[in-house]
Amino acid sequence: MIEIRFHGRGGQGTVVASKILADALAKEGNYVQAYPEFGVERRGAPVFAFIRIDNKPIYDKSKIYNPDHVVVVDSTLVEAIDVTEGLKEGGCIIINSNNPPEHFRLPSKFKVFTVDATEIAVKHRLGTLAAPIVNTAITGAVIKILNLTRLESLVEAIREGISIKPEDNVKAAIEAYERA
Amino acid sequence: MKKVIMGNHALSYGAMLSRAQVIAAYPITPQTQVVELLSEMCADGTLNAKFIKVESEHSAMAACLGASLAGARTFTATSAQGLALMHEMLHWAAGGRMPVVMGNINRAMAPGWSIWADQNDSLSERDTGWIQFYCSSNQEVLDTVIQAFKVSEKLMIPSMIVLDAFALSHTYEVVEIPEQDKVDRFLPPFNPPWRLTPDDPHAFGGLTSPDHYMEFRYKLQKDMEKVPALVEETGKEYEKLFGRYLGQVEEYFCDEAELVFVTSGTAGYTARVAVDELRAKGIKAGNLRIKLFRPFPFEKVRDILSRVPKVAVLDRNISYGHHGIFYQEVKSAMYGQPSSPLIFGFIAGLGGRDITRDSYQEIAEYALNKNRAEEEIVWIGVKK
Repeated sequence: MIEIRFHGRGGQGTVVASKILADALAKEGNYVQAYPEFGVERRGAPVFAFIRIDNKPIYDKSKIYNPDHVVVVDSTLVEAIDVTEGLKEGGCIIINSNNPPEHFRLPSKFKVFTVDATEIAVKHRLGTLAAPIVNTAITGAVIKILNLTRLESLVEAIREGISIKPEDNVKAAIEAYERA
Repeated sequence: MKKVIMGNHALSYGAMLSRAQVIAAYPITPQTQVVELLSEMCADGTLNAKFIKVESEHSAMAACLGASLAGARTFTATSAQGLALMHEMLHWAAGGRMPVVMGNINRAMAPGWSIWADQNDSLSERDTGWIQFYCSSNQEVLDTVIQAFKVSEKLMIPSMIVLDAFALSHTYEVVEIPEQDKVDRFLPPFNPPWRLTPDDPHAFGGLTSPDHYMEFRYKLQKDMEKVPALVEETGKEYEKLFGRYLGQVEEYFCDEAELVFVTSGTAGYTARVAVDELRAKGIKAGNLRIKLFRPFPFEKVRDILSRVPKVAVLDRNISYGHHGIFYQEVKSAMYGQPSSPLIFGFIAGLGGRDITRDSYQEIAEYALNKNRAEEEIVWIGVKK
């Protein structure tokens, strides 16, 4: 079983990112469980989303406390909260940033990756310049770095799950996949 | 077709595939998405049903009752305070023998204001005469809606399908969406023995003198007693068509167990993982998950629990001044049996506090080390 925690800010599409990833993984016969932080969300405030992946039915319905990996959709959260809380040793931290991984000075027991999903989203005109929607780009980087699923499955999941500008979202995911 | 959907939408798909004809509902978190999707389905023609906007849950159920009396297959969904506001109408539904099917997202009752899971909302409606099913996965939610219509319409008793707030309502899982023509084969159109129509006038819900009232209640109870066998029968029929069985309970390693957890809802699935962990440590644990709560599956529970020495009942609810409600029910079922286990009652997870694999380790440790139930209630995870 693989458990991943997403950190983002309300309005960035973090929950949708975990749903798209779940769709892509299910296409390859995996069992998945994806859920947002249980409760209320506010635009701009830190939000969480979680996903469990396994090749057999998932019976554990409790929350994820010790994720294998963490995805940080908004890099300002690295300073605002402890994104490594409960993260297993050797786990990956994937951050949306134009800075190199060393910039974040995270403990060396974790593997840190960065991908500039914001630039990719802006280039493909997803969201606005002030508030780009980076979730599909992030999923492209995540499946590559964590070797979770084939790119084709993700592309299919985006086409089915994103109703606004699906093709631009697909392009963003592919570009992030290639750059990661 | 496999689809990744949330528990709320599993209810919506269940109602759609059952070809519900009238839906009247009022939104309340965490249930809102159930009726959002159904209203979209009604608007775009996916579902040929009348969607009735109402001003409260009391009115929602009242509208469902009118529609059901007129012979329509009727669905609604609610949660917590919304269910409480329906209370009077719930008695009307069961007493009037109107087979409405309703989804209820288990949400803790306010105050303190909460949108998180516990079972006190649905269990407060235990004695209204509704059939109650408790679900542990989104697949089970969808399958139970379809089967509930069949059971309800056969016996003319309404059904409530209960699922935990967030842990199911907002959690995405892979769900096999059955094919419509197969569902149609399983669930024929609703054809009530009597209906409200100007062509054949009848009076419904009239004044009932002491000469007659008791017989109505006797008949309701007698039909309730038929539910367990019917759930088994429709479960097998459903399994033949769809490969999934819905029974009264789910047994997991109960045979020759030294300790069996009695659980329900999503905590009843986490319990299976806890059983695996305990068994890996050499402790013979098992799990009995109650799916059908009303009527209570006496026969199944007695059969399984009379074979084990110790039972730990987990309640995500409380009857203030008494015990957890499943604990009361299990003790009542086992009382006077020739072979009865030692039964402990635990309360955990009120107001959405998480019930984890560790919660069960704590419960097992307590139950295995005691030779009598010293405390009326053992609280798990209370901050002191």
